[in-house]
Amino acid sequence: METRELITSSLEALSLNKTRTALATLGIIIGIAAVITLLSLGQASQKSVETQIQALGSNLLTVISGSIRPGDFRSASGTATTLVLDDAKAILTSSKVIGVKNVSAEIQRREAVTAGRKSINTTVVGVMPSYSEVRNVEMQWGGFFTEAENNSLAKVAVLGPTVATDIFGDVSQTIGKSIRINKIAFTVIGVMTSKGGGGFGGNQDDTVLIPLLTAQKQLFGVDYVGSVSVEVSDAQAMDSVRDQVGYLLIDRHNIADPANADFTIFSQADVLSTLSQVTGAFTALLSGIAAISLLVGGIGIMNIMLVTVVERTREIGLRKALGATKRIVISQFLVESTILTIAGGVLGMILGIILSYIISKLLDLPFVINPLSVLLAVGVSGAIGIIFGWYPARKAANLQPIEAIRYE
Amino acid sequence: MIQVSHLTKIYKTDGAETLALDNVSFKVKKGEFVAIMGPSGSGKSTLMHVLGALDSPTSGEYFLDGEEIGKLTDDKLAEIRNKMVGFIFQSYNLLPRTTALKNVMLPMLYAGIPKEQREEKATKLLEEVGLSDRINYLSNQLSGGQQQRVAIARALVMNPKILLADEPTGNLASVQGEEIMAIFKKLNKAGNTILMITHEPEIAKYAKRIIHLKDGRITDGN
Repeated sequence: METRELITSSLEALSLNKTRTALATLGIIIGIAAVITLLSLGQASQKSVETQIQALGSNLLTVISGSIRPGDFRSASGTATTLVLDDAKAILTSSKVIGVKNVSAEIQRREAVTAGRKSINTTVVGVMPSYSEVRNVEMQWGGFFTEAENNSLAKVAVLGPTVATDIFGDVSQTIGKSIRINKIAFTVIGVMTSKGGGGFGGNQDDTVLIPLLTAQKQLFGVDYVGSVSVEVSDAQAMDSVRDQVGYLLIDRHNIADPANADFTIFSQADVLSTLSQVTGAFTALLSGIAAISLLVGGIGIMNIMLVTVVERTREIGLRKALGATKRIVISQFLVESTILTIAGGVLGMILGIILSYIISKLLDLPFVINPLSVLLAVGVSGAIGIIFGWYPARKAANLQPIEAIRYE
Repeated sequence: MIQVSHLTKIYKTDGAETLALDNVSFKVKKGEFVAIMGPSGSGKSTLMHVLGALDSPTSGEYFLDGEEIGKLTDDKLAEIRNKMVGFIFQSYNLLPRTTALKNVMLPMLYAGIPKEQREEKATKLLEEVGLSDRINYLSNQLSGGQQQRVAIARALVMNPKILLADEPTGNLASVQGEEIMAIFKKLNKAGNTILMITHEPEIAKYAKRIIHLKDGRITDGN
């Protein structure tokens, strides 16, 4: 029998029982789509976390006031007031700390920001001019404030894109406009480029940056800082710089026992590894669910193939009685299962990718499709479909024709 | 045409052995119309299946047109079933949800005959059995008598050496049964060798010779 005849005859056999064909295809589609979607979701969330943390700037150490010890969060960030601007300056200039490229001290509070009749609550951060370099700030409009503006307590502000949009609507028209923070007027001199996402330290798009000295003296009335960002010149030097900064601050704060330090230093790597553990567990969970879907989908395919085995066995007996050889019968069933599997595989793949795309858009995640997971899903479901289409056919083809015809 | 000697068939089910055919020997010449009769359980269906190469005997020899069937490979047996034997079942055994034409064309598909010739031959045979107006009906849309006529057309389509019919009228009303027998009579007149199982004497009388079977043995008619 020619290949073309074989395929035609297989297609005819498939159209003989449309319900069976549809159910088998559906089993394959669902199995594959579920696996692709779940694995894509897991990988997307992992990638999203990594991207957000990298957006904060690599080679970054953060010193916050207060200590975070396991099981003791009472003296955590914000409550202690021991970290001061001079600490930041010392980190940059001290001969005991080698490998620091730049330092920025920051203090932040939630404040009401108003312009005209518009008022929003946002995070106001007092930062040093070096902040723009340390935190990789890019400007969409205007510029960042200077050392002179910081020293002269200038009332200037750089807006995050979310704040700018919320207050003024049209971002391009904000430069030179006036906003009021806690009733004090500030002039907008720049708007930052969006970095997107949240990550550690809140959403950077939803902040207002003002000079540190202005914030301390005019707005908050304090002389301490909340945190110090340290940009390390070389990623290799992260650990040594961290230790040196630690010893310097212990020394400066006159702390006898390092266990009682009134500050905490952490790197992006620390945050990354903590969050990676969380997302890793999440991905493992989703992979587990995906594996179960694969199993369930596979069992579904298998069932549909096996449920019709009585009818198919009789059909095979009849075909053999009419002169079909074993090889022709098995080839026909193999071709049938392959057609089913390819059709279901392609549809399942498309459905899985579409579902992944929709969910990633809904959850604001990056859209990630790993070819390996697609291959895995299609491979396993396909193999199950083909094996369980072929195996009963082979068994039936080995029977005497009359035994197959009378099969019950 | 058919030469059977010392044919024995034993079924084994769960340790118990059933002797279905016990040392059966007979000959059928070309152009004969033979009816095999016997009560149920006499082994007549088993005999028919062995003759149609649908089942293999436990021992004994079976020559069909000079070829010993027991010694053939699986593929060769498929060819025998395809080209030498036309088998008609009591329950028709058509492919479900498939047109009469496609059912009749099926044996020719396995013989590798081109599609145009398949259609031409199948249409001609369906006309001969009086179904020219039912060619594109699905098998389940046909009456029992019509389905059996499709099965006869399918059995004839490869010009077989013998026609084997296992109670061809067993599921039919007597009027339809007589129509089928009229076709058989015509086919026999045209030179076809026919072996038919029946337990109805009025059907058996269409045959020129009757073999009686009981408990797997031939009692009469050899």
